[in-house]
Amino acid sequence: MSYFEFLGQYGDRIASGTLITMALTVLSALLAVAIAVAAGLMRMAPNMAVRGFATVYIEIFRGTSLLVQLYWIFFVLPLFGITLEKFTAGFVAVGMNLGAYGAELVRGAILSVPKGQWEAALALNMSPAKRMIRVILPQAVLIMLPSWGNLLIELLKGTALVALISVADLMFQVKQINGTTFMSAESFGTALIIYYVLARFMITPFMRWLERVMMRKMGRA
Amino acid sequence: MDTTDVSAFPLRLEGDAIPMVSFKKVTKSYGNLVVLDSLDLDVAEGEMVTVIGPSGSGKTTVLRMLMTLETINGGVIYVDGEPLTHMERDGKLVRADSRHLRKMRSKIGMCFQHFNLFPHMTALENCMEGPVHVLGMSKKEARERSEELLAMVGMAEKRDQHPSRLSGGQQQRVAIARALAMRPKVMLFDEVTSALDPEVIGEVTNVIRRLVAEHNLTMLMVTHQMGFAKDISDRICFFYSGRIEEQGSPEELFGNPQKERTQQFLSAVKEAS
Repeated sequence: MSYFEFLGQYGDRIASGTLITMALTVLSALLAVAIAVAAGLMRMAPNMAVRGFATVYIEIFRGTSLLVQLYWIFFVLPLFGITLEKFTAGFVAVGMNLGAYGAELVRGAILSVPKGQWEAALALNMSPAKRMIRVILPQAVLIMLPSWGNLLIELLKGTALVALISVADLMFQVKQINGTTFMSAESFGTALIIYYVLARFMITPFMRWLERVMMRKMGRA
Repeated sequence: MDTTDVSAFPLRLEGDAIPMVSFKKVTKSYGNLVVLDSLDLDVAEGEMVTVIGPSGSGKTTVLRMLMTLETINGGVIYVDGEPLTHMERDGKLVRADSRHLRKMRSKIGMCFQHFNLFPHMTALENCMEGPVHVLGMSKKEARERSEELLAMVGMAEKRDQHPSRLSGGQQQRVAIARALAMRPKVMLFDEVTSALDPEVIGEVTNVIRRLVAEHNLTMLMVTHQMGFAKDISDRICFFYSGRIEEQGSPEELFGNPQKERTQQFLSAVKEAS
């Protein structure tokens, strides 16, 4: 079978797997951003319990394997009465894991906004919440965007692990195809190219675009 | 850490001529380093007081304490007769909580050495930010007030520019307009010309000159521009190692300084300029 015949025969399944991978990436990215902002802010909270909670969360999710976390969420949580459907378990695991990494990016970016900005916001008598939302976070976003580009590529690649709890993503589909055709080079080669294309020609340009938008808001474009 | 018992201080200042700002035995230290040592300083309403002195003498700290950017270790600061750093509870003065600080802070505005404009907002948005998001003004009203102030500082035409497109002098003028938009009773200028190129210092000092001439604002300023200080101040305070070494009218202090350290400082400044 030529590669074109291979694509003709299995193209549909590869395409459907790719769509699942993209959906997983978008959903886990949204979750990761939400968790990262929440945990990053909590890490700087005056309350020790709040800070402690965020620290423990970040330590656990950064310090252990994503695969083990995925298995925990899918196989162990049901023992405690929390059953997640496999697609949900998949993006929740990836989102929670990358969110822990993102939390440190958020914290680092907030801390690197010049002190004078905090002081000017205080001198205008802004409340702590307004200072953060209106003055500090918009500037922190621009600082952390390049690092988020890397993190989102990591996240995309991390979604391949959900094939192991049989979510029908790209990796799952090519494994199945390989199992029936034994055309390993074609199957995994195609997956390799698709992951690369998604990272290089979708995530990276999207992040660049976002950076340009933010720069324009700063009047620097 | 409070090292001074504040029970001896009045709950509020009363009488005929209440100073707009009053430092009463205010002490500030970082560890063992005493930055301000039992400072007593009154500033009357509408008065322009300039603080000069060698670096490390605590002059900037005076302004930062008044803006509540620094806490104090002893004594009480009063603004408009009311305690700033403390508040009344059960007939006694206790440390101010964040609510009291927010109430008192609304009386004070500050301009910084490095302008600290918000880079993601235009000049106009910088000025509107406080009125809209702190005072709860309508956008229309805030815009009118901000445009008026930007016109006053000569920045009306640049109102839609972001700070990155403005020169230092222009940024500082916007920063002055931004602070004034909050209608403070006391304005603090912390070395507002120190980060500027010599040729644009005049555009900022001229704005402050106009403020002094046309408005009855109480102002405290830290500066190295001695000529400027001499021209516009009602009173000059010379700080030396955390204390007011000497104070008086510009004529007295510059023309006939009494203390040796003041003389040394003034002649050193003269040589440098």
